[in-house]
Amino acid sequence: MRTEIRIAGFGGQGVVLAGLLLGEAAIRDGKQAVQTQSYGPESRGGAARSEVLISDEKIDYPKVIEADVLVALSQEAFDKFRPFVKENGAVIIDRDLVKVKEDRLRSVPFTKMADTLGKKVVANSVMLGYLVASTRVISAESMQAVIREKVPKHTIDLNLQAFDKGIEFWRQER
Amino acid sequence: MDREQYNQVIKAIGKRDLFAQGDEAYAYGALLAGCRFFAGYPITPATETAEVMSLLLPRVGGTHIQMEDEIASMGAVIGASLAGVKSMTVTSGPGFSLMQENIGYACMVEAPCVVVDVQRSGPSTGQPTEPSQGDIMQARWGSHGDYEIIALSPNSVQESLNLTIECFNHSERYRNPVLLMTDGEVGHMREGITIPDYGEYEVHEREKPRKPAGEYVPFLPEEGKVPRIADFGCGYHTYLTGLTHKPSGLPATDDAAVHTRLVTRLARKSPKILTSSPELKNSTWTTLRPPSSVTGSPLEQLRMRLRSCVPKVGKSAIFD
Repeated sequence: MRTEIRIAGFGGQGVVLAGLLLGEAAIRDGKQAVQTQSYGPESRGGAARSEVLISDEKIDYPKVIEADVLVALSQEAFDKFRPFVKENGAVIIDRDLVKVKEDRLRSVPFTKMADTLGKKVVANSVMLGYLVASTRVISAESMQAVIREKVPKHTIDLNLQAFDKGIEFWRQER
Repeated sequence: MDREQYNQVIKAIGKRDLFAQGDEAYAYGALLAGCRFFAGYPITPATETAEVMSLLLPRVGGTHIQMEDEIASMGAVIGASLAGVKSMTVTSGPGFSLMQENIGYACMVEAPCVVVDVQRSGPSTGQPTEPSQGDIMQARWGSHGDYEIIALSPNSVQESLNLTIECFNHSERYRNPVLLMTDGEVGHMREGITIPDYGEYEVHEREKPRKPAGEYVPFLPEEGKVPRIADFGCGYHTYLTGLTHKPSGLPATDDAAVHTRLVTRLARKSPKILTSSPELKNSTWTTLRPPSSVTGSPLEQLRMRLRSCVPKVGKSAIFD
């Protein structure tokens, strides 16, 4: 089965890193993965997106055709990519950054939750926790192992806490 | 490249199974092929290759220099190569334009080297983060005069690594610059890759002159059409110039016969068809069987993809 995940927001939110971690964790789970990224020439503030394809088989086309999962971390990203989600696909938004009238969306305060941990920059790890728990496309164990391996050493604990917070939010939501 | 050097490279990279970008794969492929010198100037979307090289080259006894621009980068690469070290640079469109003069010089003095062009949208500085394939014609005809070039083109991260090794082998075998024409999409894409084991891939080492120092003629091939290189500093007398030169290397700029002989040899020393590896042999036509959910019927589709842009591969008609 091929799962198409698109994470979109703006530069500085860790959109590309989140995609990299997802792909790496999928490989660790024994699946095939391709990650692509797209961003403007600015290092912060411009539109940024990362796409991850996860499959049990070899992946021919490396880009999202119709997303199974869309994570929108900015209004612009939501407006642009909302139409390109499968009918039963999951749309996950940061509820403080995206204002919408739809009610079938998964609306989570990622940035606010990261803020309570002391650093907004780990909002992407909160998001990964929620994404992994709600979609089950990869295992939480692989994700945690990859976080340990890839994030700066002095932020490992903080990122793992943020990741757990995302999982916890999903559990309470249910 | 002996087993000890291979192990050193693997130790520097860390492991053999990776989730890596195309840009990283060019660097890994270069190190596996024995590249030990890199000079370059950072440019999106090629910078990551330079980053990896700057980190790993010192760990395997190599040298990384960040130059003042792409003209100087190409010059440094040619100099290092003729001093006996396999050398590479990486760039994107605007830098590739600047390198054209020295690519022509490398063709004339027959300096083996590899240029990775991670193409982005042009003309001029264009769209730095958007991929494009607009440099292909420049790969073939970017520098002035009659010269031949070899240019390969990967479409996955694994192939990026494999074809980089192949680029080095062609450059050493035919004593010519070889281009890897990739783009920002492949360069920034991440996929699972496996680094080949020692002995699983070929490394062509530079052949030293057989003749002793006194009898060596720099541009007179001892056999075939490719002269052997006496690396600078190895005790041989040699001479290089971008001017039309006699086999001795000395200029002869008003002799039609010398010019014709030189340029004819340069044009004919590398094959018109590359079939040197399974990678290239398989690259012409492939039959695709898309799932019927895509086409509505189990129709076969014929797809052509060239792993070699120049020269042509197999029976393909492009550039004929």
